Amino acid sequence: MTVQALRQPPAGDATKPLDVERIRADFPILTNVRPHGKPLVFLDNAASSQMPQQVIDRLVRYQTHEHANIHRGVHYLSETATRAYEQARISVQRFLNAREDREIIFTTGTTEAINLVMHGYGRRFIGAGDEIIITYMEHHSNIVPWQMLCEEKGAVLKVAPIDDSGELIVEEYEKLFNARTKFAAVTHVSNALGTITPIKHLIDVAHSHGVPILVDGAQATPHLPVDVQALDCDFYCFSGHKVCGPTGSGALYGKAALLEKMQPFKGGGDMILSVTFEKTTYNTIPHKFEAGTPPIAPMIGLGAALDYLSAIGMDRIAAHEEALLAYATERMLEVGGVRIIGTARHKAAVLSFYVGEVHPHDVGTLLDEDGVAVRTGHHCAQPVMQRFRVPATARASFALYNTHAEVDALVAAVVKVRDMFA
Amino acid sequence: MDSKQLYQEVILDHNRKPRNYGKLDAATHSSEGLNPLCGDHIWLHLHVNDGTISGIAFEGQSCAICKASASMMTAAVKGKRVEDAEGLVGEFRSMVTGDLDVGAQPNHLGRLGVFAGVKDLPSRVKCAVLPWHTLHAALTSQQTTSTEGDQDPLAPGT
Repeated sequence: MTVQALRQPPAGDATKPLDVERIRADFPILTNVRPHGKPLVFLDNAASSQMPQQVIDRLVRYQTHEHANIHRGVHYLSETATRAYEQARISVQRFLNAREDREIIFTTGTTEAINLVMHGYGRRFIGAGDEIIITYMEHHSNIVPWQMLCEEKGAVLKVAPIDDSGELIVEEYEKLFNARTKFAAVTHVSNALGTITPIKHLIDVAHSHGVPILVDGAQATPHLPVDVQALDCDFYCFSGHKVCGPTGSGALYGKAALLEKMQPFKGGGDMILSVTFEKTTYNTIPHKFEAGTPPIAPMIGLGAALDYLSAIGMDRIAAHEEALLAYATERMLEVGGVRIIGTARHKAAVLSFYVGEVHPHDVGTLLDEDGVAVRTGHHCAQPVMQRFRVPATARASFALYNTHAEVDALVAAVVKVRDMFA
Repeated sequence: MDSKQLYQEVILDHNRKPRNYGKLDAATHSSEGLNPLCGDHIWLHLHVNDGTISGIAFEGQSCAICKASASMMTAAVKGKRVEDAEGLVGEFRSMVTGDLDVGAQPNHLGRLGVFAGVKDLPSRVKCAVLPWHTLHAALTSQQTTSTEGDQDPLAPGT
C-alpha cells in the first residue's frame, strides 16, 4: 500500500460563508446511513459529533504506517509515532492558542481532565472548610469530582444559580467568593441549555479573589474560537469526540506554573524520570500526567480533527451555527405547543425543547422513525432539569455540517409528533 | 410493527384514556415504580382477596409507552389469580427483551403481544417493563422498585 496524500479540508476564507455541501461530502456517515430508510438528520452533535474522511484517513495512515509505542524505542517506528503524537499536541496548543505545548496534557476526554485537576490540584491544595464554586448548569462531570473532593477533605461546594432563561446570575456568582474560596470550576457552554456563559468575566472575578479557575470547554470547543491566553483561565478542558475527533481523546490545558505544582494523577511508566524502591522522581510536564501507554491513535486523530476545523475557521463555523440556531429557534416556536428550555441571549448550537406534554423519550423515538437523531434525557445535567421542573428534554444540537433543510426536517417531524398526540 | 404503528394503534389510545387510572381506597397492596434516570414514576394499588386481584389502579407521570403498558397491564390482570398475574410478569418481560417470540411460543399474553415491537427499541424496554416490575413488587410487599441500574432488564449480567 502506498501512502496516500491526505484530503485537504476546505480552504478557510474568513470572509465567505461555509460551503456546507462541500463539508458534508467529507463526512461519509451522513450519506452511508439511512435510519429506517430515511435520510439521516444527525442533530445529536452535543453528545458526539461525526468524523470527516480526513481524520479517518489520518487514523488509517497512523495504523498502517506509523504505529509503535511512543517515548520508548530508539527505532524508526517509535520515533515516527512519537513525532506524530507530539505533533498532535501542537495542534491542540494552536487550537487553544496556548503559550507552550507542554501546557497541553492529553486525556481521554473532559471527564478525565477534570478528574486530573481534582486529584492533582484539589487533593494537594484544598482542605477542610475551603470552598469550591461551580454553577447550576454544570455537566455531572464538573459536579461529581468536586463533590468527591469535598467529601474527602471536608470542603464545601457552593453553587451559583441560574435564572429562568438559563443564564447564570452573575451577581450571585460574585457574592459566593470569600476568603475561604480556593477553586472555581465553570462551564463555557451549557450542554443542556446551550447558554454561553460570560466566561471572561467569570475568570476575572475568580482571579480578583486570587482563586484559580477551571473552564469546562466540552461544548464550547466545537462551536466557538477559544483563546486560553486571552481568557487567562488556569485550566481549560475538552473532548475530542465532540470536535469531529475520535472517542478516547481529549485534552487539558493548564498554566505551566500550576501544572508543575500539582501532584501526578496516575502513577506508572512515562511519568517518571527515575524509579528506585526508595524514591521516584517524576517526569516534567506534560509527561508527569500521562502515565502508561496513552491512546496514541485517538490523540493523533484529535490533532487531525482540530487541524480540519482550524482550516475551515472556527469563526465561520460559529457564524454558520448561529444562523442555524436562530432559524431553528424561529421555526420551532412557530409550531404551536413547542416550548424551548434555555432561552439565554447568548447561546451555542443547542436547542432543548418540549412538545406539548409529550414525554421527551416518546419524542425521540418518533423523530427517529423519520431519521432525525436527537438526544433525549437529562443530558447528565440533572440539577438543570430540576431547576426547570422537567424530568428530561429532547435536545437538537447542530454542527458545521448541518443545513437549514435539516432544520426543516426536524420541524416537520416535530409537527407530526404534536399532531399525533393532539 | 414499527414504533410509529405501535404508537398509533395502541399507545396513543391508552395514553389518552388510561384504564384503571387513579387511586384505590383501602388498597391491600401498593408499590412505587421509579426510574430516576428517565423520569418515569408510577404508583400501583391493588385489592387482593383470597389470592385474586379484585381491584387495581395506577397513577403517576411517565412516557406514553410506560403509561400504555400500565394501562393494559391493569386491564389484563384484574380478576386474575396472583400466580397467573406473576406468570404474565415473566412472560411480558421475556417478550420485550426478545426471549419470548409471542408468534411462535406458547404464552398467555393475548393483546399484550402488541408490545413485542418494544424489543427493537432497546432504550425503551425499561419503560414498558416498569409497571410489571411494580406489580411484582406490590405482590411481594416491596415498597419501591425500578427498571434502571441493577434492575434494568437489559443490564449486563441479567
